[in-house]
Formats: sequence, C-alpha cells, structure tokens
Amino acid sequence: MSAASPGFGTTTAHRRVPPAPRGERVRNVVFEILLALCLVLACLLLGTLLVDVISDGAGSLSWDFLTRPPSALPTLAGLEPAIFGTLWLVITCVAFIVPVGVGTAIYLEEYADRTRWWNRLIEVNIQNLAAVPSIVYGIFGLAFLYRGGLDLGPVILTGGLTLGLLVLPVVIVTAREAIRAVPPSIREGAMALGATRWQTIWRQVLPGSISGVATGTILALSRAIGETAPLLLIGAVVFITENPSGPDSRYTAIPFQIFAWLRFPQEEFKNKAAAAIIVLMVVLIAMNSIAIWLRNRYQRKW
Amino acid sequence: MAREDRTASPANAAQPGPAPSPAHDALLGAAERPHGGHRIAHPEDRPWVFDLRDVTVTYAGVPAVRHVNFRIHEHEVTALIGPSGCGKSTLLRCLNRMNDLIPTASVEGEISYHGQNLYAKQVDAVEVRKRIGMVFQKPNPFPKSVYDNIAFGPRVLGMKGDMDEIVEQALRRGAVWDEVKDRLKDNAFGMSGGQQQRLCIARALAVAPDVILMDEPCSALDPISTGRIEDLIAELKSDYSIVIVTHNMQQAARVSDMTAFFTVELDESEKHRSGRVIEFDATDKIFTNPADPRTEAYVTGKVG
Repeated sequence: MSAASPGFGTTTAHRRVPPAPRGERVRNVVFEILLALCLVLACLLLGTLLVDVISDGAGSLSWDFLTRPPSALPTLAGLEPAIFGTLWLVITCVAFIVPVGVGTAIYLEEYADRTRWWNRLIEVNIQNLAAVPSIVYGIFGLAFLYRGGLDLGPVILTGGLTLGLLVLPVVIVTAREAIRAVPPSIREGAMALGATRWQTIWRQVLPGSISGVATGTILALSRAIGETAPLLLIGAVVFITENPSGPDSRYTAIPFQIFAWLRFPQEEFKNKAAAAIIVLMVVLIAMNSIAIWLRNRYQRKW
Repeated sequence: MAREDRTASPANAAQPGPAPSPAHDALLGAAERPHGGHRIAHPEDRPWVFDLRDVTVTYAGVPAVRHVNFRIHEHEVTALIGPSGCGKSTLLRCLNRMNDLIPTASVEGEISYHGQNLYAKQVDAVEVRKRIGMVFQKPNPFPKSVYDNIAFGPRVLGMKGDMDEIVEQALRRGAVWDEVKDRLKDNAFGMSGGQQQRLCIARALAVAPDVILMDEPCSALDPISTGRIEDLIAELKSDYSIVIVTHNMQQAARVSDMTAFFTVELDESEKHRSGRVIEFDATDKIFTNPADPRTEAYVTGKVG
C-alpha cells in the first residue's frame, strides 16, 4: 500500500471507508442490549403470571367446572352461568355497537364536513371517550340505564349496553380507519356510473372495509369481555345458579365471577378463580386470533 | 392578448345564438337523441352535446380555469390538451358534475348539455352521471369479479334485461371480451393495467351513456395498451361523444377531431395562476396551422 509509486499505478486505499469510531460502536451495542432487556422483562412478567395462574387453576379445570353452577361448596362450584352471562353480554353488545359504531364512522368519513366546528368537536370527543376509565361508564350505566331514564334494572341489556358504550369509541375509530382505507378512486368509479352516494357506500365502501370493521369489533369485544368494574356498579350478581334466558335476565360474567371467588377466604375458591382466568384467557386468545386471521385473510392491497 | 381569447376560435365566432337543442328535459325524461342547431351557413354547425359559455371553475374562490367557451359536438372526439395545472381535468370533471364531490368547487357561467343548463337547480347530479360516463387516469376496477364490475352500473340503475347479455355486450364493446370471457368470475385486480382500463371503459359503456369523458386514460399504460385504447376510442366515436384529456400530444392528434389548447396564466390581480383556453379548433388545424403562436410553441414541443 505504501509502496505505491507513480510508475506502477496509484493505489486508492486512502479512499476506503474508515471503521466506525469506537464510541459509536459501543453505544450501539449497549442500546441493543437495553432493548433486549426490556423485552425479557416484559416476557418474564407475563410468563410468571401465566405459570402462576396455570399452576393454581389447572387442577380445577374440568368439564364439570364448565357445566356446573356456582356453589357454596368449593368442590362443586362451576362457571356455567358466568360463561352464558358473558355470551349474552357479547351478543347484546354486538347488536348495539356494530350499527351505531359503523353508522357513526360512515357519517364522519363520508358525510361530515370537516370544516365545521361541531364535526371536529365530535371527533375530538370520540377520541377522548376512548380514554375514560371504565368505572365512569359503570356510573353512567347505573344512572341512566339501570335507573334513571331507561330504568332497565340489573339485567343483561343494561350490562351489554354499558359495555357497548365503553368500547364504542374503539369501534368507531377502527371502522373509520377501515373506511378511509378504501381508495377515493373506488367511490369516484361508482359515482361516475350514476350510483347515488348511499349506493356507493352500501355496495362498494362497506364491502371494501368489512374486514377492518370486523377486526375492530372483535378487538373491542375482547376488551368488553374482560371488564369487571362497570359490572360491579350495574348489578351483576355475585351468586347466581341459573343461566340467563334473555336480555331481561339477571346475570353474572366470567371476570365478575373471578372477582367474586377471590373474595372468599377458602383456598379452593382461589383455585377456582385461577381456573376461570384460564378460561377467560383462552376465549380472549381465540378472539384475537380470529381478528388477526380475518385481517390477514381479507386484507386488500388496493 | 389574453383578453381576446374568448373570441379567438372560429367555433365560437358563431355564438351566442339561441340554444338549438330541443331536448330540454333530456336529464329528466328518457334520453333523447338531440339535434344540433340549424344555422346551416356555418361549417362548424354540427349537432352538439355541450355548449360551454364563459365557464369559470373555482376552488374555494380561487379560479382554476377561467372564461372557457367552446362546443363539444356529437359523435366526435374532443381533446383537451395543455400543460399541467391548466385546468383541463377540472373542466372535464365539471361536465358530469364529478366536481360536486369537492365541497369547495363551484362553477360559474353556463354548461349547456343538449340545451339544458347542467348546473340548474332542478338537475340532479346523479342523473347527469348516468348519461355522462367517465374513465379515470388510473384504472379503478372495483375489488370484485370482472362480471360484477360491469354489472354494478346496470344494477344500481335498475336496468332491465338479461344481465349476462348486458355484461357480454359491454365487454365486447370495450374490446376486452376475448381476453376475459373465460374468467368472468375472477377478480378484476388480476388483470393487466391495459385490460383493467378497457374493463373500466366497458363498465362505463354498460350503463348506455351518451357521452364518455376520459381523464388521461392512457397515462398509466404502456404503448401497446395505449394503442389498443386509442383504436377503441376511434370505434366508439360512432355511438358516443367523447371528451378526452391527454398530456400526450401525439395521442390528441391521432384520436381527436377537435382540440382545445389550454395554458396557465396569472389572472388580472396577478395573484393566482389559472387555466385558459387559448385555441379551440379542428385537430388538424391545431397541429398543422395553429392561429396562436403559443399553441404552435406547445404542439411543436418548443415549450411544454
């Protein structure tokens, strides 16, 4: 390299890219390790929780546990009314949030004039509602659905509507995103053929955004299923041995049953609670998997 | 110089004159084939579809294209050419009231469609678009099967008749039948860009329009696909009136009968740039012997 002389051609070694400064390399490595540690910590916490719950609850899991009503005797206590209660809550919740949430999203995306202050106000409020603590929705449900205006009492309908209100902002926001993802050229194409605005929305925009809407709805429901605090206020029952028979039945739900069992002094009820947590987790994982599958299966590349 | 533009073109020399078309309720009743004027003396007197009189289009009060005057004739291809930002697409979108979808857009002057003011209060934009179809710059098939793409228009319009027949006819007219007849149930997204664009043309034809507006229909296509679309335009001319916006001057020269040349200029207040029509004339004349030096500079490629 140093032997280069004009007679034998010149070397270009001096133009080589120099190695990175030592300090920078060290900083890179340190940062990478820090990030990895964060990941390990998160996984450890989650793992501990899982192991703890499974070791406590796995022994209590059985077909009997899933198909028996609760009992004062820990050996007999089962989860069936709570499972059906959750199922009924989900059904009423869906019947409420899908039309209202999607309708709101369509209005905001397709009709609302964003230059008007009231439309912007609505938008900001919807985003804020998503951050309101769930207990506040419980208070609202108690004041206006359980008692107050609607006076529905402590029944499934009250629970479903309250949980629906709780997750409605999530549904609206995800439905709006899905609707916005349908390119304007599709709307123009339909309108240019003489389709009305509504025909365009009903036959092109909604079918084009259905997977996003469904994914958002399922994720919202999986949040609703896990909620306990609002149910506390709107009258879910701690001890009920009958399955609900309709929207006007009294009920309990899986997370509420967990809460109830944990308050008993006996160790066996703690194991029952752990078993119920496992059931709830399995349901949630299943729902989230369906949401992911839906998203991947029907995702469109426009 | 710009002040004279309004009378610069021979086609405009004969106007204003009374609206010659009898089809005043063309948009309200059954589509009636209109007849043009009867001022036989003038060679430019052919049946017309659109008569634009002092048309100015603004977005939020800012003019995009100003003081446009010309006529679009039946069974002819009218090309709108000019540099970017001269308002030719804007003007095209006013012809089927697609600009209504932009809340800030507004149209002054009069656009007459078979003698009826397109922007009159009682005229419904949806009815307008049923008669005046549009093909866009980028092919925009619906994310559905080939069959459903074509059938969408006839279905929303509630057209009677055998849907299979309507679909086949439209695809044949759109010169894409032979390529798709064996995969009518396949998603249209699987087709090539050129096929998609011909599908979009076929889709527009399926609702039996009177006019087809094309907004740079070949700008996203390769030369071979472009050639096929140009051939198609030449065929369609016998049954439809076509208005085409194009950046490709050779294309305008090849496919059109009449050409409007637009340019961009500062307006009187010198605050906004907006489009104007410099010259409107037979395509041959525009490309061989233009009246305005600016047209000549543009079509010969000296500016552009």
